[in-house]
Amino acid sequence: MVRGDTNQSETKNKRISLTMSEKVKVTIDGITVEVDNGTTILNAARQIGGDIVPPAMCYYSKLQGSGGKCRTCIVKVTKGSEKDPRPMPKLVASCRTTVMDGMEVLNITSPEVLEARAGVVEILLINHPLDCPVCDQAGECDLQNLGYEHGLQKTRYEFERRTFERIDIGDKIQLHMNRCILCYRCVFTADQITNKRVHGILNRGDHSEISTYIQQAVDNDFSGNVIDVCPVGALTDKTFRFKNRVWFTKPVDAHRDCDHEKCNGKVTLWYKGADVLRVTARKDQFGEVEEFICNTCRFDKKATADWVIEHPTHIDDTSVIASNHYETLKPLHVIQPNEALQAANEIELHKTVKY
Amino acid sequence: MESLSNKKKVLEQKPLSFMERMYLPAIAKGMGITISHLFKKEATIRYPEVEREFSTNFRGMHSLKRDENGKERCTACGLCALSCPAEAITMIAAERKPEEKDLYREEKYAATYEINMLRCIFCGLCEEACPKEAIYLDGPIVPADYLRKDFIYGKDKLVEAPLEMKK
Repeated sequence: MVRGDTNQSETKNKRISLTMSEKVKVTIDGITVEVDNGTTILNAARQIGGDIVPPAMCYYSKLQGSGGKCRTCIVKVTKGSEKDPRPMPKLVASCRTTVMDGMEVLNITSPEVLEARAGVVEILLINHPLDCPVCDQAGECDLQNLGYEHGLQKTRYEFERRTFERIDIGDKIQLHMNRCILCYRCVFTADQITNKRVHGILNRGDHSEISTYIQQAVDNDFSGNVIDVCPVGALTDKTFRFKNRVWFTKPVDAHRDCDHEKCNGKVTLWYKGADVLRVTARKDQFGEVEEFICNTCRFDKKATADWVIEHPTHIDDTSVIASNHYETLKPLHVIQPNEALQAANEIELHKTVKY
Repeated sequence: MESLSNKKKVLEQKPLSFMERMYLPAIAKGMGITISHLFKKEATIRYPEVEREFSTNFRGMHSLKRDENGKERCTACGLCALSCPAEAITMIAAERKPEEKDLYREEKYAATYEINMLRCIFCGLCEEACPKEAIYLDGPIVPADYLRKDFIYGKDKLVEAPLEMKK
C-alpha cells in the first residue's frame, strides 16, 4: 500500500541505517533545517517549504521508487558534509540524493542551477506539443507552470516532434502519448496501488513509449488515479474531455461513504454552476494526491446528492484557478420545482430571465 | 471688499441706446452668421448610410477569423473569456469529428460562442489573449436594437464568412 506516511523511501532508508538514526543538519539556500538521517534533499526542502522547494516532475512521495528521471529538481551541493566538506562535482538530483550532516545546498540562489533547470525544461518541451489551448490539463499542468517560470518564450527545436495516435484506456481514461514526458509516475501507480504490474515503458531514450496494448492491460478499480498523478495532459479524464477549462470550474472538497475497502471517498468536486463536471483526488501543496480514490467515486458519482460537501478547496493565489474562486462556502439554493406555480406565473418569471 | 487680484470688472448697466433698442443691426448680424453656414462644409454625416473613416486602432464588433484554408481558428481555449473584464464571453467546446476536419483547425472547437454586446466594453483584451489569432475587434459599430436578448451575438453573427462567399 502506498497510502500513509509522507515518504516511504525515507522510512526504508532509516531501517537500513538504524545506527545512524540521529538527526542531521542541512542548510538549503541559507536556511538550516534538522531532518532525519536518510531524508532526501528534496524532502528536507519541503520541510522548510516556500520558494526554495525544487520543482519535481517525476518524483512522487506516495510512490515508491519514483524520481530521478526528469532532472528538474537538480540542486548544487557546495559542501558535501561536515566530515568531507568538498563540494559535489556536478549538480545532483535532489529527489535521489540523501542529506549528510552539515551539507550545504543551493537551489534558487545559484544561477548555475537556474540555468541548468531552464535547460532541462527546454529538453522536456522538445517533444511536448504546444497545444495548451486544446489540452484539458492546462491551468493545473506542472509542465506549464515549470515552463512559465523557467522556460524560454520560444523553441530552438527545428525537427518534427514525435506523434502518436490517441489511445483509450477503457471508456473513461485517454492516453495521449504526444504529451508524455516519461516520468514513470503512472507506471509506479499501476504497479503499486493495484495488485499486479500492468504496464511499463518500452524502448530506450528518445524512442521510449508507454507500453503497447495498454488499452487491454489497465483494468482496475484504482486505474483512474493515473490521471491525477500525470504531471502533464498525457492521461486525461474522458468524462471531462473538453467539457470546460479548469479555471472556470469551482473546486469543492467533499466526501462520501465509499464501500470500496481501500477508498475513503475524500475527493475534490469541480463544479460549473450546479453540475459536477469532474471528480479528482485531493491534492496537497506539492500537487500530490493526499489519498488515492476509486473509479466509482471518480467517474460514476457526479451528482451533488452523492456527496457531503465540506468547503471550497484552497487554491494557491498564483494559480489561474484562483480567479473568481471564493473560499467562503455559499451552497446553491435548493428549490423544489412546483410546475403549477411556475405555469401560473409564467409571464412574471419570464421577466427574471437573464440574458 | 477689494478683490485680491484686482481683475474684477465693474459692470455698469446703462439703459439701451436707440440703435440697440431697434434690434435690427443685431438681427442682421445674427442672420448673417446663420446664412453663412449654409455655404460652409457640413459638420455632420448621414450616419447609417455614410460612415466616417475609422482610425486604424478602432475597436468595433468582434469577428471570429478563419485560417487560409477556411477553417475556423477558434479552439475554445477560454482565454478570451478569462481575460474579459466584463465577463461578456461564454463558450461551449466540442470535439471535432473526423468528417469536420475542413471546418475547424484544431481537434477542439467552439460549438457555441456568445458575446454579450451590452456587457462588452470593447477593451480588446480578448484579442490580446487569443493564442490562435482567432478573434479581432475589426468590425463596425455594434448596431442598436430593442431587446436585450438580441445583443447576445452568437457564432452566426461573429464568424467570418467562408472563403467562397467572399469571392
